[in-house]
Amino acid sequence: MNPPYVTGSSSVSTIMLKVLLALLPAVAAYVLLFGPAILIGIALASATALACEAFMLRLRRYPIKPFLLDGSALVTAWLLALAMPPLAPWWLVVVGTAFAIVVAKQLYGGLGSNLFNPAMVGYAVMIISFPAQMTQWQAPHALASLHLSFLQELQYMFGGTLPDGAKLDAVTMATPLDTLRTQLKLGHSVETIRQMPIFGAFSGKGSETVAWCYLAGGLLLWQQRVITWHIPAAFLATLALAAGAFYLHDPAHFAPPWFHLMSGGAMLGAFFIATDPVTGATTPKGKLIFGAGIGLLTYIIRAFGNFPDGVAFAVLLMNICVPLIDAYTQPRVFGHPTKPGRGTQQ
Amino acid sequence: MSDIGYKEIVLNGLWRQNSSLVQILGMCPLLAVSTTLVNGASLGLATALVMALSNGAVSGVRNLVPNEIRIPVYILIIAVLVTVVELTMNAYFHHLYLVLGIFIPLIVTNCIVLARTEAFAAKNRVLPSLVDGLMMGLGLTLVLAVLGAMREIFGKGTLLSGIELAFGEPAKHWVIHLLPGYHGFLLAILPPGAFIGLGLLIALKNHIEQRKTEATPRRAQAGPVAA
Repeated sequence: MNPPYVTGSSSVSTIMLKVLLALLPAVAAYVLLFGPAILIGIALASATALACEAFMLRLRRYPIKPFLLDGSALVTAWLLALAMPPLAPWWLVVVGTAFAIVVAKQLYGGLGSNLFNPAMVGYAVMIISFPAQMTQWQAPHALASLHLSFLQELQYMFGGTLPDGAKLDAVTMATPLDTLRTQLKLGHSVETIRQMPIFGAFSGKGSETVAWCYLAGGLLLWQQRVITWHIPAAFLATLALAAGAFYLHDPAHFAPPWFHLMSGGAMLGAFFIATDPVTGATTPKGKLIFGAGIGLLTYIIRAFGNFPDGVAFAVLLMNICVPLIDAYTQPRVFGHPTKPGRGTQQ
Repeated sequence: MSDIGYKEIVLNGLWRQNSSLVQILGMCPLLAVSTTLVNGASLGLATALVMALSNGAVSGVRNLVPNEIRIPVYILIIAVLVTVVELTMNAYFHHLYLVLGIFIPLIVTNCIVLARTEAFAAKNRVLPSLVDGLMMGLGLTLVLAVLGAMREIFGKGTLLSGIELAFGEPAKHWVIHLLPGYHGFLLAILPPGAFIGLGLLIALKNHIEQRKTEATPRRAQAGPVAA
């Protein structure tokens, strides 16, 4: 709608609802390609998030219903569930979500006051505390030697047992990023590694389809004006540039940029996590710096660090910088000089 | 500043002016050593001993030391006492001494020790100063022990692990395993666990204080004298 007409004000809950809707294609792809375990994860995370949110709101003597219905806790829960391995003991996602909501969100003052992205805090806490459980990723259906039914997955998540004494290896495997790292350490070149069956056209079989769905959902959010293009574009462009530079320099030891863009949490992070309006930068120029910082840090952690993926840590590190970025990128107010004296800036 | 009762001193040290929860002093050892109950409590006790002795010693010489050079003199006194405690621990609790490592000599630089000599011992008689040092130290010990216990329970699922370092091999079966097959929550052992735990303790103290003031709404609260 063109000015001077005022469109309906977008409330927190409509925005959150749109984010959840935009995640649906990826969830659907996940279920089709990896099995329904992710649905259990999402349900567990949502229930935990709502319960913790209600408990903390009560403790802080805030009205419970309006804050629960704003959907922000649900978004955190969904993002966390999607970031964590779905076929894991039930307490993994419950503890992660509880930490995200109680410590990272409510103890910092609740929605709008939290310094760090709650979902990423939950993820970081879990990957540091339980590295073994956090790296058991489900193999895509096309590659797994054993297919679990929904009931069998439930049985594993709550009871820890697999049918017929099957080993966990039959249903899980390393992620493409992890495989690349271990195989590179063994001295193989990127080209031979990417001949392995788990790799698809861009990154991993199955996971790249999910990444395309995140991209589609993200574009939908952009079209709906829930997010602006700045952060995702800066994030993905910087990641691609950094990866491209190293790839051109030494293609045997560094994965190509399209692999980095389509693997791990890059797409999810770029469109759904880094764009969090509370913990991200708010000025247009600031958003570009914020996104570029995440992209660069993600690449550095992936290529030279020791963790399977770098998006969560990159987001958290850039979250710290947001107040500084915002302070230095205030847009010029109309009528004020282009370059204010040093003393006039806050 | 002179006539401050012993009851007041004890209350200030343990609760009202608690070095860790109210003054937020001496954070470095507090956060680094409080990984288990035994570690926390033993460093706390060592610090309490140093604080009692240094407060007493400084109070004894307070009228002889020229005002301009009092800080170096106090630090020297504290350093001597820390060396004594360090050597004693090395002799009698050698394993504990190895575990606590650099943090025993670092008691010298713990700001709470100097803060008490400067704020209390330099202005009061010997015995009250000694009690003040001891109580402030015990207040720190209390927080170190509680924080250590919290981090140990969440991080490892045990309590009193490492007790054999203080009481010899037979004490080994004193260790309490709260949950068999507990996975361990590494974050609680790592520095973030210390910060989060201390934050929760401070919140708890503030909450208790708030409840107390709400319970006695109009009674004139004798504000604690800044010691």
